[in-house]
Amino acid sequence: MKKPSKTVGSPKKPALENKKKLPAPRLGAQVICDFLESAGVDVVFGYPGGAVIPLYDALYDSKLEHILARHEQGAIHAADGYARSTGKIGVVFATSGPGATNLVTGLATAHMDSVPLLAITGQVPTTSLGSDSFQEADIYGISIPITKFNYLVKDPQSLPGILDEAFRLAGHGRPGPILVDVPKDVQTTLIDPSVNSGDEEPLELSPPPPPCAASVDALAEALTISQRPVLYLGGGATITNSGKEILSLVEKTDMAVVTTLQAKGVFPDDHPLSLGLPGMHGSKYANLAINESDLIVGMGVRFDDRVVGNVRKFAPLARIAHVDIDPAEIGKRLSVDLPVIGDLGEVLSLVLKKLKKNSRPTWRKRIAELRRLHPMVIASGDGEIKPQAAIRALSDRLAGQGILVTDVGQHQMWAAQYFQAGKPRHFLSSGGLGTMGFGLPAAIGAQVANPKTPVCLVTGDGSIQMNIQEMATARQYDLPIKIMLINNGCLGMVRQWQQFFFDRRYSQTVFQYNPPFVDLAKVFGFWAKSVDKSSEMPKAVDELLKQKGPAFLEVVVPQEENVLPMIPAGMGQTDFFETGK
Amino acid sequence: MKKILSILVRNRPGVLSHVAGLVTRRGYNVESIAAGPTENSAITRINLVVSGEEPILEQVVKQVRKLVDVILVEDLTNNEPVTGELALITIEAKEQTRAEAINIINLLGLTLSDVRDDSLTVMAAGTAMTVDMAVLSLKRFGIMAMARTGLVALPRPKNGESKGERK
Ligand SMILES: Cc1ncc(C[n+]2csc(CCOP(=O)(O)OP(=O)(O)O)c2C)c(N)n1
Repeated sequence: MKKPSKTVGSPKKPALENKKKLPAPRLGAQVICDFLESAGVDVVFGYPGGAVIPLYDALYDSKLEHILARHEQGAIHAADGYARSTGKIGVVFATSGPGATNLVTGLATAHMDSVPLLAITGQVPTTSLGSDSFQEADIYGISIPITKFNYLVKDPQSLPGILDEAFRLAGHGRPGPILVDVPKDVQTTLIDPSVNSGDEEPLELSPPPPPCAASVDALAEALTISQRPVLYLGGGATITNSGKEILSLVEKTDMAVVTTLQAKGVFPDDHPLSLGLPGMHGSKYANLAINESDLIVGMGVRFDDRVVGNVRKFAPLARIAHVDIDPAEIGKRLSVDLPVIGDLGEVLSLVLKKLKKNSRPTWRKRIAELRRLHPMVIASGDGEIKPQAAIRALSDRLAGQGILVTDVGQHQMWAAQYFQAGKPRHFLSSGGLGTMGFGLPAAIGAQVANPKTPVCLVTGDGSIQMNIQEMATARQYDLPIKIMLINNGCLGMVRQWQQFFFDRRYSQTVFQYNPPFVDLAKVFGFWAKSVDKSSEMPKAVDELLKQKGPAFLEVVVPQEENVLPMIPAGMGQTDFFETGK
Repeated sequence: MKKILSILVRNRPGVLSHVAGLVTRRGYNVESIAAGPTENSAITRINLVVSGEEPILEQVVKQVRKLVDVILVEDLTNNEPVTGELALITIEAKEQTRAEAINIINLLGLTLSDVRDDSLTVMAAGTAMTVDMAVLSLKRFGIMAMARTGLVALPRPKNGESKGERK
């Protein structure tokens, strides 16, 4: 065997040619920016600090646009809004310690709703790791349970490989947030970007295995013989962009369709078989249809407790089919009769091929009847504004052409009930984690990603105060977001539970002080206005949407308005809470 | 019910935290967890023994399978795995009981790992049952300290499985 000589350079190639071929070594921080550029990232959200000064220095020379939030939580929710509204990977930078821990809620929010994010955090130098140095926090350890995967880069030369892997992982299969923690000295070390540090093979990410044919056949068979099928759509339908196939499936089968927050916009809200939101705050007709159904087909859903309620009382007459790319979701909450593991788009096209058109006039009639018997109606407000009516007005004027972002609380549920989303990725809401404060920054991210699309935010007086500082971000970048604040002077959703289940003991849910929101919005450079009379509301909504720049409309509504119908937590599908009891 | 899992993972920093974190976080009952190198230095084997109801145990397997660095999860429970465990047990051994203790140690084929004036440290290795038996038999002398490795397990190879291509 020939021994490679260490002292003499490769004899085959002249030194000059060699030099030409090798990319110049780059600092770790530059490698990060180079990588993001080459991966097609156009914008990064973030906030600087001591441990990421080298990264921000590299950013100074890079083509990446950077949106400077006013809080790291704002930055990561903005990246999330960017990702949810586009399907692309949202990128966020933060410094070590407090910067990194400020990302925690954003990571958990994205993790719960399967949103692809890449968070890059600075860390104290490798030489100081583990010694409780200034601004050291073990964000690697902290973020394990709330990320799809995470990395602590200790070997500078492993950085290029890790970045590449992290980016691919974020969007692969079931998407999710990835965190890469990069110590400061790694950012300032010269790295050969073409070398993937030797000892590790890059992770192979194979496409999901094709769905098992027998399971697809069983599903098609069940769909053929079912008389009262219900399709239960979740985030997976949005992620796989399966709207067209779903519409054909419904046209072939006359299935009734219920949609979770994460699937809103995939199936037309105004279709006669669309029953909207199922579960706790779903329509009566949606829940009654589930209750009468003989086949529930979940697609890209989690059978979340807010949908299912009492597992034993859920869809008592139905066989349960569940299509998901994540095998761990199947059977997690309730037992599934017909599991199909695979990419939803693929499963749909296979199933569609096997199905003949099979009209179900009786079921259609029953659905129409359920709708007629239990309509979702907005009561007239006696001069006061009904929050539902304000949201309906917004929906009508956007006419399917705008993105609606919500915060969390009653207004979120009213938006789910009364807003009609025209397209997938046009209704953005923190579903799984229910994160108040998500809305404003997420709207900022969605507007950055979709500069030509109207982006509206429906928020509450509680939620908006959780990240209200981001109004400055919207102003700085001239983002023409339209905010509708449903001001009920309280933490409405919690107050509602206290009213129903705790005898109106309003413990800490009614604000004794709120800032004058209109003044506040004006200070932040927003056009702003307030309405409290129902007669003036429609015009005010028009005005809001007419503004060229960022605009803010406060809609003052009665405090004791409730989200109805309601099935109390853990109850059965038909245990509707009756008010006045 | 009890499940014996063999989990092959890529030997990367943090992989143990990911597996251990997952099982504790989701509230699974871990009876033991043992990790160590395999024949391939890039791969670590983690043996996990968990107990609980069947649907929950199934979730454990699925959730572990989902972890990025996990290469293979095998449920060895019903496949008669080859198993082994090791324990170090320090017992009191004053003059009155010393001879009897040594007698039992020899009888059970245990190894004396350390001998002091008033204590003995015994190594028990074998199947979990061997170790249980050792613990049980030594209990009456007074166990001062004990360390058990937890179960390690391998799928039982079939005859003729070796390809005979060792380099
Ligand atoms: C970060 C966070 N803290 C607490 C809660 C609990 N919570 C859920 S809804 C809600 C009230 C929200 O109030 P507001 O934003 O004013 O909306 P409303 O319900 O009045 O429409 C609260 C406190 C939460 N979801 N998120």
